[in-house]
Amino acid sequence: MPLASLRHESWIRTTSAGLYCEPGDFYIDPQSPVARAVITHGHGDHARPGNEGVLATPDTLAIMRQRYGEAAGGALQPLAYGDSVTVGGVALRLLPAGHVLGSAQVVLDYRGARVVVSGDYKRRPDPTCAPFEPCNGDLFITEATFGLPVFRHPPDRQEIDKLLHSLALFPDRCHVVGVYALGKCQRVLALLRRAGYEKPVYLHGALIGLTELYENLGVSLGPVLPLADVSRDALRGRIVLAPPAATTDRWSRRLPDPVVAMASGWMRVRQRAKARGVELPLVISDHADWDELTATIEEVAAAEIWVTHGREEALVHYARQKGYRARGLALTGFEEDE
Amino acid sequence: MNRFAALLDALLFTPSRNGKLRLMQEYFASQPDPERGWALAALTGELVFDAAKPSQVRALAAERVDPELLAWSYDFVGDLAETVSLIWPETPGVQIPVPSLGEIVKQLKATSRNDVGSLLEAWLDALDATGRWALLKLVTGSLRIGVSARLAKTALAEWGGVEIDRIEEVWHALAPPYQPLFEWLEGCGPAPQTGDLPTFCPLMLAQPIEESDLGGLDPRDYLAEWKWDGIRVQLVARGDVRRLYSRSGDDIGAAFPEVLEPMPADVTLDGELLVLRNGEVAPFNDLQQRLNRKTPTPKLLRDYPAAVRLYDILRADEEDLRTLPFVERRSRLEGWYARELPPGLDLSPLVPFASWEELRELRDGARERGIEGLMLKRADSLYLAGRPKGPWFKWKRGALTLDTVLMYAQRGHGKRSSFYSDYTFGAWHGGELVPVGKAYSGFTDEELQRLDRWIRNNTVQRYGPVREVAPQIVLEIAFDSVHRSTRHKSGVAMRFPRVHRVRWDKPVGEADTLESLEKLLT
Repeated sequence: MPLASLRHESWIRTTSAGLYCEPGDFYIDPQSPVARAVITHGHGDHARPGNEGVLATPDTLAIMRQRYGEAAGGALQPLAYGDSVTVGGVALRLLPAGHVLGSAQVVLDYRGARVVVSGDYKRRPDPTCAPFEPCNGDLFITEATFGLPVFRHPPDRQEIDKLLHSLALFPDRCHVVGVYALGKCQRVLALLRRAGYEKPVYLHGALIGLTELYENLGVSLGPVLPLADVSRDALRGRIVLAPPAATTDRWSRRLPDPVVAMASGWMRVRQRAKARGVELPLVISDHADWDELTATIEEVAAAEIWVTHGREEALVHYARQKGYRARGLALTGFEEDE
Repeated sequence: MNRFAALLDALLFTPSRNGKLRLMQEYFASQPDPERGWALAALTGELVFDAAKPSQVRALAAERVDPELLAWSYDFVGDLAETVSLIWPETPGVQIPVPSLGEIVKQLKATSRNDVGSLLEAWLDALDATGRWALLKLVTGSLRIGVSARLAKTALAEWGGVEIDRIEEVWHALAPPYQPLFEWLEGCGPAPQTGDLPTFCPLMLAQPIEESDLGGLDPRDYLAEWKWDGIRVQLVARGDVRRLYSRSGDDIGAAFPEVLEPMPADVTLDGELLVLRNGEVAPFNDLQQRLNRKTPTPKLLRDYPAAVRLYDILRADEEDLRTLPFVERRSRLEGWYARELPPGLDLSPLVPFASWEELRELRDGARERGIEGLMLKRADSLYLAGRPKGPWFKWKRGALTLDTVLMYAQRGHGKRSSFYSDYTFGAWHGGELVPVGKAYSGFTDEELQRLDRWIRNNTVQRYGPVREVAPQIVLEIAFDSVHRSTRHKSGVAMRFPRVHRVRWDKPVGEADTLESLEKLLT
């Protein structure tokens, strides 16, 4: 093993609970409760409840409090983007990751070496969160959810236009879009508003809390209404957002002749969309696509790359071809859903 | 091409018939000639290419992307054309003129397989991902269209405000890209003329009738004939051209040379395509062997000899006979048959009867002879396209039924996507349940809701989207026939199985056995 790699692993490594920084004695996005956790963003597979100390951006902490209440953590320590704290000799900063509101990369400086942990990220503009801020380092730990070159997300506007076009073509049908409750829901709302769609959008109950929180945190999303109060016929020709699983199960029976859409990077592959019973696949993703992943590796320009959750082998292969030292981390516990 | 590809893509994802019609109509209304005409040709299955092999497509991609990344991607996506369409590198900012479908068709026809590579490469660079997918499916001959030719013509008819039969009638006198057809439908051209071409006359179809409805009809007004268990066809011979049309107007003649070649001109006949051995009708499954092949091998021709059993004559020696009453057409048919005695054709006999009672006895005795039931035709009926109410009835023999046990359920599609509406049912065999078929229909909305609830509450195991349920519900399944099948574990397959009744009352131990199903084999 090359010497440089030995150096990084002497202070940051994978454990059964997740990525662990030894001199700082903290975990990043731990899978089981720990004494000190640094949380990159509020998705359930990254921000788990029950940690004693939690360090994250103020928005991520707000999201965790909304989701978990008291179980969000014992001591919650907010750290604004760009501010620095020192923990056990490790200088720690959070930088915007562009994934969802509050999402952050973790930048660690220790004895002259810098590690950048991307968390989940994307590079294209998102009206609901701060854009990814690239940072040079010696080791870059990157996600690879869409780490295959078949994943190239089209421009958001094109996908939103597909939805609006279908609405014009089928004006009597309700259009229900499957969206993840944190991030995707609010981003689709914001994209609709940017495309000039001003009518109220109806929300499944499970999406209301986080959408209100976004509004409270200063992200304006236009008029939304809880679906529960609306008659069936009033939903004809309207847009409803719901968690993906609800769109094809019993809950959906209250909708008039729905066109089932889904906003996800997986919609790029026909069989995936078909298998989920989707009629209108919308390729809208909060994760970097292949081009974004590879461009970011070049931009961060770290000599060493660790690849975690997703299609690790292809991105590792790519990075090695380009002359980086690279390996897959095979961390467990992260979900494919987005 | 990109717009056409987007239509194909949307058709594949849209489950409902009305949705598909709307998508096609919007396309016809918004696209120019001749592009929409070429699209119509693709939708109706007239555009078939075999211009490139999958291995050529793969090789093209391997020149542009790292082979290992290509292999991993193919593993993940599972479809070569789709993988290549998604992985093909795009050069941002470079605008290459997008080829039209018409241009692609023209160049493919003029290019040999050896030279097709460079053409493909240039097109792949110009198209978007969906366009690349449709192109690759088209050139490798694996373009799957989410609609039937009939549905595409229905969309066209509704959009143009004409009856679909008018389109069927002229269809075979036209060729892609169908400019005169579009001009006519848009009201800026005359109706296309069929002239001397062997075109298709849309078929006259019968209404189903139940025994209880017969009382209101006078048996003296009707003639009866057997309804044979094959597929309904139309034979057209005009000049040197011979055509065999299926019910939907598709030309299936190439698969049945022994019927077409000896046919005398000029005539249009209506009949049933069957496999006949010494005048005996073979099981439908035998005909299926022939229908599955575009061109038959000598062995197939020998083992499954096809023939058409004639019901009616629609045109002879330049004369349209459709406006004559059925009795008159029948005597013309008999006269024509006696004169020509064409090999490969025979005459479906009339079934004489004096009362409905007598006819019912004849029908019930007819199970063993390749007979599906009876046709009742008013003696004075003209030959009218479509399914007019009154002149013709089909009186099917009673369906077979079997008491089976519900084993697995899966959710349906479209409107039924939240309901467990697709059922796999089994029969007993040596103390175990063996799956013997699947049914998706036959139940009422109330029964579906009750079954859906029951399935959710009685699931014992899940396999992805499939739920295995406790063996507690007896489904009485109705089906038309059962035949041997090597593709099914049980060794048998039913024809048109549907749920006849949900027997909430019946203990599963009293359901039928595989052996009792085998006794019904035809």
